[in-house]
Amino acid sequence: MAEEIKLTCLHDSHLALGAQMSPFAGYDMPIQYAGITPEHLAVRNSVGMFDVSHMGEIFISGPDAERYVNHIFTNSVSGCVPGKILYGMMLYPDGGCVDDLLVYREFTPDSFLLVVNAANIDKDYEWMLSNSDGYDVSIDNRSDVWGEIAVQGPQAERTVMEVLGLACAADLGFYEYCNTRWNGNRLILSRTGYTGEDGFEIYAGIADTVEIWELLLKAGVQPCGLGCRDTLRFEAGLPLYGDELSAEISPVEAGLGSFCKLDKAEFIGREALVAQKELGVSRKLVGIEIEDRAIPRHGYQVELEDGTVVGEVTTGYRSISLDRSICFALVGAEYAKLDTRLWIRIRRKTFSGKVVKKRFYQTNYKK
Amino acid sequence: MSKIIEGLKYSDTHEWVKVEGDIAVIGVTDFAQKEMGEITYVDCPDVDDEFARGEEFGALESVKASSDLYCPVSGTVAEVNDAVVDGPELVNADPFENWIIKVRMSDASELDSLMDADAYRAMIGE
Repeated sequence: MAEEIKLTCLHDSHLALGAQMSPFAGYDMPIQYAGITPEHLAVRNSVGMFDVSHMGEIFISGPDAERYVNHIFTNSVSGCVPGKILYGMMLYPDGGCVDDLLVYREFTPDSFLLVVNAANIDKDYEWMLSNSDGYDVSIDNRSDVWGEIAVQGPQAERTVMEVLGLACAADLGFYEYCNTRWNGNRLILSRTGYTGEDGFEIYAGIADTVEIWELLLKAGVQPCGLGCRDTLRFEAGLPLYGDELSAEISPVEAGLGSFCKLDKAEFIGREALVAQKELGVSRKLVGIEIEDRAIPRHGYQVELEDGTVVGEVTTGYRSISLDRSICFALVGAEYAKLDTRLWIRIRRKTFSGKVVKKRFYQTNYKK
Repeated sequence: MSKIIEGLKYSDTHEWVKVEGDIAVIGVTDFAQKEMGEITYVDCPDVDDEFARGEEFGALESVKASSDLYCPVSGTVAEVNDAVVDGPELVNADPFENWIIKVRMSDASELDSLMDADAYRAMIGE
């Protein structure tokens, strides 16, 4: 059954700006306004903003909140103090990934905010409910009443302070947030992002989100679509659920083991990851650079010189910042060493390349 | 509105054909280049490669996606436009001036199955 496409609170603005729109995760989303390249460069060189209101906000609270989040989340929230944010995953018992997400430890005791991928909101919420037996918690999906704008780039701090007057921005380190007020309502200012640059994610109510977006537009901040969101996160070595992580791809295979605290007493999927770490995984996510202008794309085969297929491209681009043809690929673990020579089949030809570090672009996060 | 040139033949996969004797000069339409956005790579066949009508002969790559190119007529590649291989952005700048390949046709009657400018304009709804 086809579900009705959803609109974010900024949809009217996207249309007014003449954005190229496309369905993404059940929402009609802007792919680009000025073009992927100028938007990408705005974020790398000055500042850009993204409508990420489609992302999901799920609030967890109750006496068992900490124990419960530790149960469903790979990272450890025990040492996470109020105002801090952690990245990690929710896993199936077999180690496959339900979703990757951010966990905000709230200033209110026994409370957390979980920010999840738009495409997975319903699945995640169901997963959380079905794994809450024996925990005294309430799980509240507030995705429809929260908007979100990401302001990203070297000028992001100046922008949110001068244009929006959010003074607490200056005090935030990477993966820290503060609560403030906008029109008397709660606003969350978070020093996080998905671009490899310094920046902020601003969570606010629907009307407030529209007002903030309009203020940023008036100040000349470049609106950026999902097109450059993908090129930016890719260059920065960041995974996208559905490409580099999925029910079939574990965080150990994706090289995200450091976000899975196996020294925690328990979390769903822990045993599977312990086994993967001990026995090794059969495939790993790598970066590959090819020596041609041809572009490796999602789904293309990775081969040896004799044509043996040893893997598949998960994301690939002609990198805008680096002008190199690069990709992420899941390949047999024996081919994952740096500098291993591999070939990628692009239509009728194969192109020679080598394994390189996944973080293609030197990120510029605030320390 | 996309530019459409009278007197050329058009395929439903957005290639245009200009006939010069037994040679078909082939490029992509203005509509196609606009849909693609910034073109960053032109994947061309080699001279003397042989293609049947409708067969994939190459591709255009933009930042966000790749789009296959289909040979509107059967024949062998007589010439490849090195200028667009070296400068893919030329296809955005002027898709009719900057052809992609020239094909020596093996069956010129296939041209009759292609659209004229009016039919192509109707197909893209402009």
